[in-house]
Amino acid sequence: MGAILFLVLAVLTIAAALGVILHPNPVKSALFLIVTLFLLAVVFVLLEAHMIAALQIIVYAGAIMVLFVFVIMLLNLGIDDPDRGRRQVVLRGLAWLGGIVLAVELALLVRGGPAGNTAAAPAGYGGALAVAQSLYTDFLLPFELTSILLLVAVVGAVVLAQKQRRPTIS
Amino acid sequence: MGLIEVGIAGVKAFAVLMMVLNLSAILLWVERKGSALIQDRIGANRANIFGIMPFNLGFINTLIADPLKLLTKEDVVPKGADKFLHFLAPFLAVFPVLVTFAAVPFGDQLVIGDTVINLQVADLDIGILYVLAMSSLAVYGVVLGGWASNSRWALLGGIRGSAQMISYEIAMGLALIGVIMTFGTLDLQAIARAQGHHFFDVIPAWGIIYQPLGFLIFLIAGIAESKRVPFDLPEGESELISGYFTEYSGMKQAAFMLSDFAESVVVAGLATTLFFGAWQVPFLFRDGFHFPGGAIVALPHLVVVVMQILSFTIKVFVLCIFQILVRWTLPRYRYDQVMDLGWKYLLPLALANMLVTGVAIVLLG
Repeated sequence: MGAILFLVLAVLTIAAALGVILHPNPVKSALFLIVTLFLLAVVFVLLEAHMIAALQIIVYAGAIMVLFVFVIMLLNLGIDDPDRGRRQVVLRGLAWLGGIVLAVELALLVRGGPAGNTAAAPAGYGGALAVAQSLYTDFLLPFELTSILLLVAVVGAVVLAQKQRRPTIS
Repeated sequence: MGLIEVGIAGVKAFAVLMMVLNLSAILLWVERKGSALIQDRIGANRANIFGIMPFNLGFINTLIADPLKLLTKEDVVPKGADKFLHFLAPFLAVFPVLVTFAAVPFGDQLVIGDTVINLQVADLDIGILYVLAMSSLAVYGVVLGGWASNSRWALLGGIRGSAQMISYEIAMGLALIGVIMTFGTLDLQAIARAQGHHFFDVIPAWGIIYQPLGFLIFLIAGIAESKRVPFDLPEGESELISGYFTEYSGMKQAAFMLSDFAESVVVAGLATTLFFGAWQVPFLFRDGFHFPGGAIVALPHLVVVVMQILSFTIKVFVLCIFQILVRWTLPRYRYDQVMDLGWKYLLPLALANMLVTGVAIVLLG
């Protein structure tokens, strides 16, 4: 039952992820990304990681992607022109390179990883309590550093968005 | 899972879905009549079945006539619209709102023989987060409805709607953190049970006593989330015709309206669960009433359960009526005022509420 569910989900997730990079319309691409993130949350639910699943939807599918869609709509981007000169070719090359590096990394990880470890996780390991405990004890420093990073980003956004007090003299 | 359990889960899901949908439809009628009352009009009174009804059963007639009218209207898709997304948007607006109620408990346990039925569709240990997750998805119906219609009015409404919903989601989430801190759990059923005792044996220990400011922020943010007056800028008919669903007709337009009403019901349901003791009836315990002073009225289990469900329903309905009263009493905000209220007042207030709650927990607990 679980295996069939996972297979269906995996196929759907990969199909949606392919939609993100293959669809010519930027708005539709963003929508495919939302579907991908939502399906990933469902995979987390299958893994009993309820807390992460909820956060995945709240943060990624519900908040960040809304801003993406919002900006794409505001800019009113049309259908992407497939051949826009040399810059496009260079970007594509870089994208392929990055993708191949990631794929190789993933393959190495899968080969060398703890593939034999299939012991069941302890009950409630994906609940709010367990996640909070590991966040505030084992991973406290990275957690706090991330919050500083976010604070810097917020300050930067405020500075950029601030109205200029004086007209600039040119 | 046995066949019986699947059956019970199905019945519960169906019952809750029907409750939300029917309450939304009844609210539509209450709103039409209520607005008429407030504005000194008569309101909906013409609906009749082939003119053969001997007297005007306004209530039932309107309830049947409104959906029939909407179902039989022509479904128009504007030229240049994205057909698929235009079709999908109403569903995306309704779906997250309707599934939110799954995590809301509408009663304690019903015990029949050896079977214990938890009166909640989905018993989630992260109930509040589930609710926030689903309500954060509700924005896509609005955004896509506005964008896919290929219309300036609709696009402006969609953009206003999404900006407003994101802004108030933050205030709402932070207001809920005060509640989570007070009860120390994300489980809605556990929060409902925690509100069962009484202060000094007389005052029911409902959430609003711990979190009065949290309730105020939650209610304001909730009304803003459901895009109703005084926060109906995304629809703003004097500026945007009817905002993000300008280009919708018939049942699709009704789906957007339904999602707004259902959102009101959901806000009322959550406010009831978190701040008004959920299904608790003052002085009613599992075996009957225990009044202050020692008087005890024993009641059979079934009566207690029915009273709990009734209590929940009545509280939800009263809060819905309150939202309608707010709607027809206050004028609409200007758009910059809406944004100011969300970011400059509610957000700092919610943060202060969190701080005060934390200090109080440390000092008292």
